[in-house]
Amino acid sequence: MKGKYKLQMLVVALIVLSIANVLWGSLDIPVKDVWQILCGGEVEGHPAWSFIVLQGRVPQMLTALLTGTALGTCGLLLQTAFRNPLAGPSILGIDSGANLGVAIVLLLLGGTASIGNLTLGGHLLVVVAAMAGALAIMALLMILSRVLRSQVMLLITGVIISYVTGSVIQLLNYSATEQGVFSFVIWGMGNFASVGIERLPVFCTLSCFGLLLALLLIKPLDALLLGNRYAENLGIKIGQVRQMLLLVTGLLTATTTAFCGPISFIGLAVPHLARLTLGTAWHRTLMPATMLIGANLALACNLLSTLPRDGSIIPISVITPLIGAPVILHVILKQKN
Amino acid sequence: MIELQHLTVGYGEKAVLSDINQSLNAGQMVCLLGANGVGKSTILRTLAGFLAPLSGKVLIEGRDLPSLSLSERSQAVSVVLTERVEVPYMKVIDLVGMGRSPYTGFFGKLSKEDNAIVDEAIEMVGIANLAQRTIDTLSDGERQKALLAKALAQQTPIILLDEPTAFLDFHAKVSTLRLMLRLAHETGKTIFLSTHDVEMAIQLSDALWIVQEGKIQAGTTASLTESGTLQRFLHAEGITYDTKEHTLKIT
Repeated sequence: MKGKYKLQMLVVALIVLSIANVLWGSLDIPVKDVWQILCGGEVEGHPAWSFIVLQGRVPQMLTALLTGTALGTCGLLLQTAFRNPLAGPSILGIDSGANLGVAIVLLLLGGTASIGNLTLGGHLLVVVAAMAGALAIMALLMILSRVLRSQVMLLITGVIISYVTGSVIQLLNYSATEQGVFSFVIWGMGNFASVGIERLPVFCTLSCFGLLLALLLIKPLDALLLGNRYAENLGIKIGQVRQMLLLVTGLLTATTTAFCGPISFIGLAVPHLARLTLGTAWHRTLMPATMLIGANLALACNLLSTLPRDGSIIPISVITPLIGAPVILHVILKQKN
Repeated sequence: MIELQHLTVGYGEKAVLSDINQSLNAGQMVCLLGANGVGKSTILRTLAGFLAPLSGKVLIEGRDLPSLSLSERSQAVSVVLTERVEVPYMKVIDLVGMGRSPYTGFFGKLSKEDNAIVDEAIEMVGIANLAQRTIDTLSDGERQKALLAKALAQQTPIILLDEPTAFLDFHAKVSTLRLMLRLAHETGKTIFLSTHDVEMAIQLSDALWIVQEGKIQAGTTASLTESGTLQRFLHAEGITYDTKEHTLKIT
């Protein structure tokens, strides 16, 4: 019952933060005018405000909400699958795989590629490339995790993967056009505004599909907490579950990375905040809590990013480590005890 | 009851133990003894269904193990493994509740009936006072009892345990073994475990399986003493086996 109450509080926080994200932005628009625009009206003398609120803030709020949810869920799946409290999409190098995919598209191919008669352009190509990169790294990690028994070794492998992909990206940067490098750097700063109203449906569909699949894994994840053998003995089809995990984490990491750029630490920190808040190991409460906290945290980060209030924004990738790092330190110190 | 017919166990092509013909009876605690590396874990893994038999049959209640579905298997055999179970925020009652997984629905939520079975299992191993504690705060002995309760909650006719007494202090070893013996007798389950605590196994268990020189000899302590099997197994410098009292003297 207590857990239910806490989940309800998180929902309330989510509603408040979502509204706040629409009301406040890098440009000052009076609250009553925002309300008027949301109700379908226009503010006299400020035709641009409608555009800012409806085409800017609302999609940005939804993007932040879904990205936070997706990254938190991803972190939870990885931490349980690898039985490693420090696992997360960025530390294990999964998002660096997605980065590499994006880099190849933006830097090497200049944004388009054709396979036979089929031409993939723009964002769809970026998503497909990010997905391929993320899935490749995830598959590699799954294979290695059977050999590497130690938790630390797996993390080190993730760090090495990040280095290798990093150096390949550097190399691509070196030979790319100025425009390519510029768009890659901007993408790399992380930005919830980059989805926009026209790409929002694709982004929503992909992330909601991934999140729905994650919910299907709740029971197997509980059993996996005890380890593969115990889980198998409890009737869980380990092979099938691992494939699903591969697909879901790959899809969620790739979608968020491709659309919003690499956003570190949320995936790693949010599941711990959920455990701390609810004090439970069961995924049927932990997963909704992780989703809600992830969404809240991303919305809070998005609000913080508009703090300069002069029309400019702080990149998201500057803010998330400041929130994530203390959580990680807490986990490490607690482990030591 | 489990029957092994011409069973060969091993990994890949390599047979570790061949042509095993033995059976395990219901309501008994049977200890598997043998030096490291003789294949104790291989037998247990095969009986648990983690490893496929290289040849021969494992019949559980008359049904061949490899032909059972994963779900049927999870309701036939439960295990307690050597790997350490460390899960942050998991309470004893949650761990024992995991044993209900084969019976719960899509999200694994426990029903009233499941909760009653969990409470009963916790009661049976005598750790009701620890039910709300998180497992990372338990001693090794308490954790082993919690895992045993998980196996009981799984309601399988057979419980397999791989060296359940390995990391325990002396008193915990004795209490865990006595607990398993009592449970086997009270519940009618087959409890089959590997152990290096030879003297306790000799004195407490209903039957012994001794693995040596690639063969398995099974029987009660008395019958294995009579046939001289135990003496051969225990034979080493500094160990004297009292064949009447079934005790060991170390000199």
